[in-house]
This record gives sequence, C-alpha cells and structure tokens, in this order.
Amino acid sequence: MSTSLDRLAARCAALLGPDAVIGDPVRLRTYECDGLTTHRAAPGLVVLPESADQVAAVVRACAAEGVPYVARGSGTGLSGGALPRTDGVLIVTSRMRRILEIDIPNQRAVVEPGVINLDVSKAVRPHGYYFAPDPSSQQICSVGGNVAENSGGAHCLKYGFTAHHVTACEVVTPDGEIVKLGEGPGYDLLGVFVGAEGTLGITTKITVRLTRVPETVRTLLAAFDSIESGGTAVSAIIGAGVVPAAIEMMDALAIEAAEAAVGCGYPAGAGAVLIVELDGPDGEVAHQFDQVERLCRDAGAFEVRVAADDAERALIWTGRKSAFAAVGRISPAYLVQDGVIPRTALPGVLARIDALSAASGVRVANVFHAGDGNLHPLVLFDDAEEGAAERAEEVSGAILDLCVEHGGSITGEHGVGVDKARYMPRMFTAEDLDTMQMVRCGFDPTGLCNPGKVFPTPRLCGEVPGVRKGPHPLVAEGKAELF
Amino acid sequence: MVAETPRDRQNLLGDCVHCGFCLPTCPTYVLWGEEMDSPRGRIHLMAQREEGAPLAPMVQHFDQCLGCMACVTACPSGVQYDRLIETTRAEVEDEHPRPLRERVLREAVFRLFPYRRRLRAVRGPLRLYQRSGLPALVRRSGVLERISPTLAAMERLAPPLGPAPRLPERVAARGGRRATVGMLTGCVQGEFFPGVNAATARVLALEGCDVVIPRDQGCCGALSLHSGRAEEAAAFARATIETFESVDVVVVNAAGCGSSMKEYADVLADDPAWARRAAAVAAKTRDFAEFVDELGPRAERHPVPATVAYHDACHLSHAQRIRSQPRRLLAGIPELTVREIADPDVCCGSAGTYNLFQPEAAAQLGDRKAGTVRATGAELLVAANPGCSLQIATALRRQGTDIAVAHTAQVLDASLRGLGRAALL
Repeated sequence: MSTSLDRLAARCAALLGPDAVIGDPVRLRTYECDGLTTHRAAPGLVVLPESADQVAAVVRACAAEGVPYVARGSGTGLSGGALPRTDGVLIVTSRMRRILEIDIPNQRAVVEPGVINLDVSKAVRPHGYYFAPDPSSQQICSVGGNVAENSGGAHCLKYGFTAHHVTACEVVTPDGEIVKLGEGPGYDLLGVFVGAEGTLGITTKITVRLTRVPETVRTLLAAFDSIESGGTAVSAIIGAGVVPAAIEMMDALAIEAAEAAVGCGYPAGAGAVLIVELDGPDGEVAHQFDQVERLCRDAGAFEVRVAADDAERALIWTGRKSAFAAVGRISPAYLVQDGVIPRTALPGVLARIDALSAASGVRVANVFHAGDGNLHPLVLFDDAEEGAAERAEEVSGAILDLCVEHGGSITGEHGVGVDKARYMPRMFTAEDLDTMQMVRCGFDPTGLCNPGKVFPTPRLCGEVPGVRKGPHPLVAEGKAELF
Repeated sequence: MVAETPRDRQNLLGDCVHCGFCLPTCPTYVLWGEEMDSPRGRIHLMAQREEGAPLAPMVQHFDQCLGCMACVTACPSGVQYDRLIETTRAEVEDEHPRPLRERVLREAVFRLFPYRRRLRAVRGPLRLYQRSGLPALVRRSGVLERISPTLAAMERLAPPLGPAPRLPERVAARGGRRATVGMLTGCVQGEFFPGVNAATARVLALEGCDVVIPRDQGCCGALSLHSGRAEEAAAFARATIETFESVDVVVVNAAGCGSSMKEYADVLADDPAWARRAAAVAAKTRDFAEFVDELGPRAERHPVPATVAYHDACHLSHAQRIRSQPRRLLAGIPELTVREIADPDVCCGSAGTYNLFQPEAAAQLGDRKAGTVRATGAELLVAANPGCSLQIATALRRQGTDIAVAHTAQVLDASLRGLGRAALL
C-alpha cells in the first residue's frame, strides 16, 4: 500500500471514526466489483461516511494527497461505473440512507444518496404518491446511483428517466465544496450532472419529484409464437397512439430462466411474451386496454392474460424483474448487454442477433423495453470453459455494433462506465469526446473523481483537449448537418 | 452434512451473480450497510477462502450472519446460501481457534439448551430468582453485562416461568379420528413455554388427531446444526429419527426445530445406514400451522375479539416457506383482527443462539422489530417460534411497552375452547 493511502486511512479514521474505514485486504476485496463482475479491482481504502460534511472532508483529503476516489451506492450497477481504483478510495454511501423530508403538497421528497429507490415509494405510498424511476434493481439500488447513471426502468417509456424526476442535488464537487445544483436560472448544471456516472462530483442530497399513483393500473401478458409477431404487436400499439406505462418483451430463453427462478407461470411454449401495462384515469385505461388486447390478438397472440389484482400483476412483473439474475439458473455466467435501436428496427436487429448467436454458438437471451427500443440481450457462457468469456464478449460487442449501425446507441440505461468506454468511439468522433472531456475538466480539473470511466482514453490532470478547428468530421463526411 | 467436493462448492459459490437483491433483506446489512456483512459479501469471502485467503478476518462476518435465510427467499439466482453458510460454519468450528472466554460460553450454551433435563434443573432456581427482587437489582447494576454480555442477554431474555405440567404420552382425538400424529415438544419450547405444547396437543386432538408425545424424545439438533456443530447435530438427528419413525406425521410447533428436521436428509446424506430413514422422517415433518391448515377446519371456531400482529419467524417463512397457512388459520377465527408488521422479511434478531452470542446486534434488531410491532397497535403478538417471542417481548419491554405474546396454537386453542380474549391477554 502506498504511503499516501496510509496517510489517508489515518486521516479518514480521524474524520469519520474507525468503524467507518475499511483497510484490511480481505474485507476490501468484497468491494472489488458491483453488479458487473467481469471487471474487478479491490479498492485501496473504503470509507462509509454518514453526512455530506464527511463526504466533503474525505474528498478534500483525497485532493490534498492527489489520490483518486470513486463513489458507490448499493453496488448494483451493470457497467462498472463504481469499479474501484486499487490506488484510490471508495466512498460508499450505504450509511447515508435517511429520508430527510417528505413534502406532499409540493410533490417532492429530499433523500440522502444511499436511500434505496423502492424505499422512497414505500414512504410516500400512504399519501398516494411514488417515485417513478423503477430499474429492475429498485428493491436495492440507491437513489444516488440512479442519479449517477440516470437510471430508467420498465416505466420510463411513459414517465421518463431519473433526470425527469430529480429537481435538485446537493453535490460535493471535486475540490471538496458543497454546492446545490438545480435551483434558479442559468446553465442547467443539474442536467449535466445527472447521468455523468459519478465523474463530476458526489451527490449528497437529492430532491426528487413524487408522482401521483395512477387511478387505475391494468396489466396484461400476451404470449406469441415468435419475437416477430410480438414486435408487430408493439408497433401496432404505439402506432395506434397508445402510450403504455410499459411494454416489455422477453424471448423463449429469458422466459425459461425466469420460470426456473421464480415460477412466474408464463404460458408454456411461448416464443415471446409481451407485458403491457396501462395506467391513468379509469375511462381512458379501460378504452385503451381493450384496444391493446385486440391489437395483441391481431398480431397473433395465442394467449392473453389480464392481471385480476395486485397479486397477479406482481407475479407477471416478478418474471420480468428477476430476469437478469434468473439467467444464473440456466447458465454459469452471462453478460448483460444494453443497447438501443429505433423501435421499427426491432425485428431486423433481432434476426441479426439470432444469426450472430447461431454462427458463434453463443446463446443469447433477450429481454427488452420494447416500447422505447431498449434491448437487453443476455449473452450466456460458461466461465469454466477456455475462451468462452472472450467469445461472449465478441458477440456482445457485435450486438452494440448492430445498434449503432441501425442508428441507435451503445447504452440505454446502464451507462458507459468502464465496460463500454471502449465502444464510445463507435458512436462519437474524437472531437465529440474532446468536447465531453472539456465539460468534465470544468468540474474536475485534476481528474481524481471516478477516473477511467466513460472515456476510452483517460486524460491526465491538466491535459485539457485543444479547441477543434475546421468543420466537424461528420459534417465533412456528409453524415450530419449543422443548423 | 452433505460432503461437498471442491467442484460442488465452486458451483454453489458460482451461482451468485452479485446482483445485490439479497442486501435489503439481510439484517446485518440493514444495520451496518457493509458489504462483508451482507450475503453477497459473505459469499465473496467464502470464494476468497477457496482461493486460500486467511480465515481469521472472515470469522467475525460469518458469526454475525443470523442464518435467517431471508436472502434465500430474495435470491433470484437460486443461490443455496443455507448450505453454504452451514458448511462454512462447520469449517470455522474445525479450523478457527476461538478465545477461551468465547469457547467456555459456547460450550455452556451447547451443553445446556439441547438437554431438557438440564434445562429443567435450571427452571427451579430461575423461578426463585424471578420472584425475588434480584432481577431489578442485577439489571440496574449492570454486573452481568460486565462479566459477559451473553450472560446478561440470557438473564434479560428468560421468560417469566410458571408451573410446567407434564404432557401425557397420548392424547386421544375428539370426534372421529382423522390422523395419528407424533409431536415434538422441543427443548426450550417444552421447558420454558409448556403452555404452547399443551395448546398444540389440545388443538390437534380437537381437530380429530390422536397425538403421540413420546416421553423419551430429545433435542432435534437445530441449535447444533445452525452453529456448525455437524457431528453433534447428526447424533441428535439419529435419536430423533428413532423416536418418530413409527408415526405417520411429526408435528412441530417450533419453527427452528421444524426446519432442521426437514433438513435431516441432508444432515445424514453421507451415512448409508441412516440416509433413507432420515429422508423418510424429513418428508413427514410438518409445521403445526402447515399441518392444521392442510387438515382443514372441523372443530367450531369461537370468537376471540382481539387485535393481533402476526410475526413471520425466519425458520418458518424463509426456511420452510410457510407464510399463508398461519395467517389463514388466524383469519378463520371470528372477531380476530390480524395486522401485518412492516418489513416482515427482516429478522427480529433472535435467530437461535444469535441473541446470546451477538447480543449487541441482536438487541439492535430487536429494537427495530419492536418499533414495527408497536406501530401495528396490536395488543397481542403471535409468532411460531419461542425465541422470536422472547426476543420481541424483551425489546418491547426495553422500550416501555408490554405486549402479550402467544403461539399460533394458543390463539387457536383459545378459539376452539371458547375461552375468548381473556385467555391470551
């Protein structure tokens, strides 16, 4: 261990108390990865602050020593955004979990970053409200992590991402100052901060918008022979002008996994299932629900199940929400991919994924937020088998290429983190990336705050990219226009 | 204990995909928010151990696991944490030298609790002590706390004792006989909660069962099994199997005992002379609520106008997956209102011997649970495990609230015999 880390350990123990500092190698290793286990790095030091002042003090101590640091919430991220630095400090917010204020008349709540997403909803539910972003890990992921990753979830088709539900953040900046973003006129710094994957500072207090629980929620499960007919149903529903709260699709392999894990009782023999949820005023939902049911049948659904009550709805969702982890039942290891394509490209892209899978012999299970074209292919492999991980990685990367090729994105909601930094140049030119770096340098000129994430080639302190001259390369190539 | 090849163990560990869904239901993670005191973190430690990392810094975290198995319920990947922690505990007992003080206390606990005669010998002096003015004095002085937090916890948790009438060896069915069942009386249940066993036998008889209560039965082995004392657990299991082999069904009213008896097949899997007999007894073991619910109501239910909070004992809800049956039994009692306790998945901190060996964490968890129980406004706490009732009642007392406690069997007994609420409150 380097001496600066030793000094930091002593300093942090003095600042936070010895119970809030972990320095023993065996214990440190339990923090070596988050929800993405393919990247591992044991942190040099773990601290568990309980207040914004403590976070600021740790950040200042790191700055003084020139030691990098990474913030971590519940450790459920899927892009390695909270991957620690072996030469750095991991600032874990799991003890900052107080709900500080619930202000129902103004439809907002103020929470600490370690508060669990679902706990916000539980706390305000008796008042008839909830916190809308609902990633599949909502029972454990932290609101601070949601802010860093701009998390979505099954219902973001209608309700938007975390960015749309956060109105202010208290932030510890990389120079250790506590500032508030999101109030008053001026640049939308909150907009820059949310989704910055922890590279611009650490949020210590979040004001979230609360959403009224809809009058009616109705959920159906439609089973199809094939992904194609499921995709047709999705297009038909959106095309008819219906905006469902969620449209989720799972293919046969994902259904098999979910069935093995939670016994969700999805129709046997389905090549794809579609979960459609509508919410809103009674009359509107009733009318549109009939329409959706008809459209599903027209597209070839051989069975349509309507949830009769909350318990049945929960059962339908259990299968979907546990799908990622459930794949552990049918495969020793897997990669969760996250890409976006235009909704209309769905059948074509899925056929190409099928072909990729057939050619490589690597199985791919598909789960997706079909409404907004956000794919979550699960690439299965056996980590005990020589070279299997590399082959899976190759297929996984090829799927992202497909997404970009179809005008989509390399991530919909899991973030870039460390896992996808190398794919960034497939979407952005060097000039684009330089521009992003300049924003980053504006917040973190010394590059100590979660370094090595998002950007493929991390720059060193002070190495601010130069200003681009001449036309943008995409414009020069005739691929884009300037307005 | 099932012998595991290294490959088996690797596979069991490899089932964990590190998703973190277990964290919010893990009592120690809820308390401290630390990775190595979560199921995911403990599995990571076990994997490090396989790679040769030293055991010493891990022991504390394995010891701090309550074994509540809430993580097993929460896990979408089907990780068998129950098997993992049991073998890990056995490994700790084999390989990790504990300090003398800890060894003495552990030996004392394991030489006392699984033996009814020894527990009975303690009853007399304990009753005398409770009736004297000593308890108040002892607690005020904090003298026990200074000698040993475990002893202090024992003193706090001991239930107020009354007389313990002996149960007959056979209780005949009322009305037409529907089944013949054996009944496990349990060690702590039998000596410290004799009323629960009496109520269990009466309810079973009133519902048409011949109840066989073998007098020479011993400990089922639960405490040993859940503490890594594999050999001791196997010995208790063999004796219990012999005792109950001849009945059709074994009814168990203590959640911890029921769950360990249902595990007998695993406990004796490697003993060819016993494996099949163990599996047979495991297969016919039923929790009291599970069995009575399965049997269906026949005796008349009389009103019990009371508001109760039902507490899920971990070894009933997580280990045996029995949640709806006791609630259905309670719902079948006229004029009884059942309230749900918030965060029902999180353990109360009793967890077998946990409140003795980890008194501080246990007390914190007890306080949390007491708070949620109090919030229900119920006047009676119903639970199916003696440890839970003691733990929660003690925590409530600490907070200045007295709540009556009863086993599901006692509430049913009061209803079937038309005793009303007075019998319970």
